[in-house]
Amino acid sequence: MENLLSLFTRSVFIDNMVFAYFLGMCSYLAVSKTVKTSVGLGFAVVFVLTITVPINFVIENYLLKRGALTWLGEGFANVDLGFLTFLVFIAVIASMVQLVEMIIEKFSPALYSSLGIFLPLIAVNCAILGGSLFMKEREYANLAEATVFGFGSGVGFLLAIAGIAAIREKVRYSNVPAPLRGLGITFIITGLMGIAFMSFMGIKL
Amino acid sequence: MNFLRKQLDRVKPHFEKGGKLSRFHSVFDGFETFLFVPDKVTQRGSHIRDHIDLKRSMFTVVVALIPALLFGAYNIGLQHYLAFGPEETGLDGSVTSLFIFGIIKVLPMLVVSYGVGLGIEFFTAQIRGHEINEGYLVTGMLIPLTLPIDIPLWMLGLAVAFAVIIGKEVFGGTGMNILNPALTARAFLFFSYPSWMSGDLVYVHGLVDNPDVVDGFSGATSLALAAAHDISSLPSASDMIIGTIPGVVAETSVIAIGIGALILLVTGVGNWKIMFSMIAGGYLMGLLMNLLAVNAFMELPAYYHLIMGGFMFGAVFMATDPVTAAQTETGKWIYGLLIGILTVLIRVLNPAFPGGVMLAILLMNVFAPLIDHYVVEAGIKRRVKRAAA
Repeated sequence: MENLLSLFTRSVFIDNMVFAYFLGMCSYLAVSKTVKTSVGLGFAVVFVLTITVPINFVIENYLLKRGALTWLGEGFANVDLGFLTFLVFIAVIASMVQLVEMIIEKFSPALYSSLGIFLPLIAVNCAILGGSLFMKEREYANLAEATVFGFGSGVGFLLAIAGIAAIREKVRYSNVPAPLRGLGITFIITGLMGIAFMSFMGIKL
Repeated sequence: MNFLRKQLDRVKPHFEKGGKLSRFHSVFDGFETFLFVPDKVTQRGSHIRDHIDLKRSMFTVVVALIPALLFGAYNIGLQHYLAFGPEETGLDGSVTSLFIFGIIKVLPMLVVSYGVGLGIEFFTAQIRGHEINEGYLVTGMLIPLTLPIDIPLWMLGLAVAFAVIIGKEVFGGTGMNILNPALTARAFLFFSYPSWMSGDLVYVHGLVDNPDVVDGFSGATSLALAAAHDISSLPSASDMIIGTIPGVVAETSVIAIGIGALILLVTGVGNWKIMFSMIAGGYLMGLLMNLLAVNAFMELPAYYHLIMGGFMFGAVFMATDPVTAAQTETGKWIYGLLIGILTVLIRVLNPAFPGGVMLAILLMNVFAPLIDHYVVEAGIKRRVKRAAA
């Protein structure tokens, strides 16, 4: 339990998807104009990550990894389907995103229209695929760890995108030099937020 | 004063529209309003008039910083004297000689900080055609006060330039920035030149070049000692409150900072809610750490967290920055409380950064707009409910 708690904190703050690895930048930059939509997108990412990471964990460990197919019989002990990892992960993510899209369209049409193209684009959001690949690379021991990691990474993304959206709402009233307006100042803000998040760098849990 | 006024009036026509120096209007305006209360009156709209404008409130903070600065100068001399002894330093150990030694070390830092920072301010004001922002008066004082004494001056200048340009001017100048510029400068140095910003040697003048010291002297800050679980060599609580311990220029003395806090609170320039809630947050977190008590650092009395390192300096001068703090009243409570909690957390859990105050404040600067957003939203919801009932 304690282990899971520290894993959660780790993935939210220390290994923050946005500020530690700069993953998921496209939707982070594009959908962060207002807090409302960005929180919506954030929750969508939390949902997708929490679902896809454990599913991919199961697929990875019982189908793809070298020796993962041993449960079929001894003859499969040397089968390595690792080359399929990317394909399968992406397929799982894409289908989950489709599911989220249908749910949001049904229950919150306003959010659906404000997220626009970026909702289906979660499928190719590198934070989501990154979550699954980190799960593979870090070799989490069991399904619970993978789920907590996925959930924590999602919450980290939510925190980052909600934070920058609130800042951007504030910066709208600032007298930013014309060449920097829009994306330019957003990049600078992201960098400064990255400095602030460095406070967690090096914490050992 | 009359003489100054006359001189200003004499050159004023040149700087007005049509004058030959009208391009430098904002420079002139900056000097004039710095010296005298401007005689401009609002022509329409609101007519509320108060002498406490931005320049004066900024200047109040500078005044509040002076006790900490003076004590800091004395402490630099004192630490140097304690480290090397009377023969090596040529000091006689009296308060005046130590103070003069210290102030000679601090003044160049102040000059560089103000020179570079104000230079950039004047320059951008000219380019962008707005008035000169007076926010730098405080920032320029805060930056050198939060750095170790032996920091090379070019690093200081570089950090000031980074903080003023990237931290402030790109957002449109004073009042628009997201992160506290003084802390941005400090964080910039902290991550760029860690060997000059942390360790046991940098806090006492002369130690970096010459680490042979009088027996029994340690240049480590109390936080570094606590982080190393070396509780027995911690300075006593009274030393930490008076401030005769190694540390960055002005963070050591709780008393000197307390005088500054008093000035800020009486004039209403500093916000008491943020100061109070930050101290409460730090104290509560300290108590929680006592309950857990896994290592020696966690077992320290909770109030130690308030008097060690830069906690007080951060609470009084950094967290209360009216631009980067939360703007709503409820938001200020949350903001301060979270800074206090995070500071102690970072200190205790992160051995890499003993000085957690800076990073905790920066982190909450980032989330202050989000706190405000939700406080405002909650207010709207409450009113809608009331109106519906």
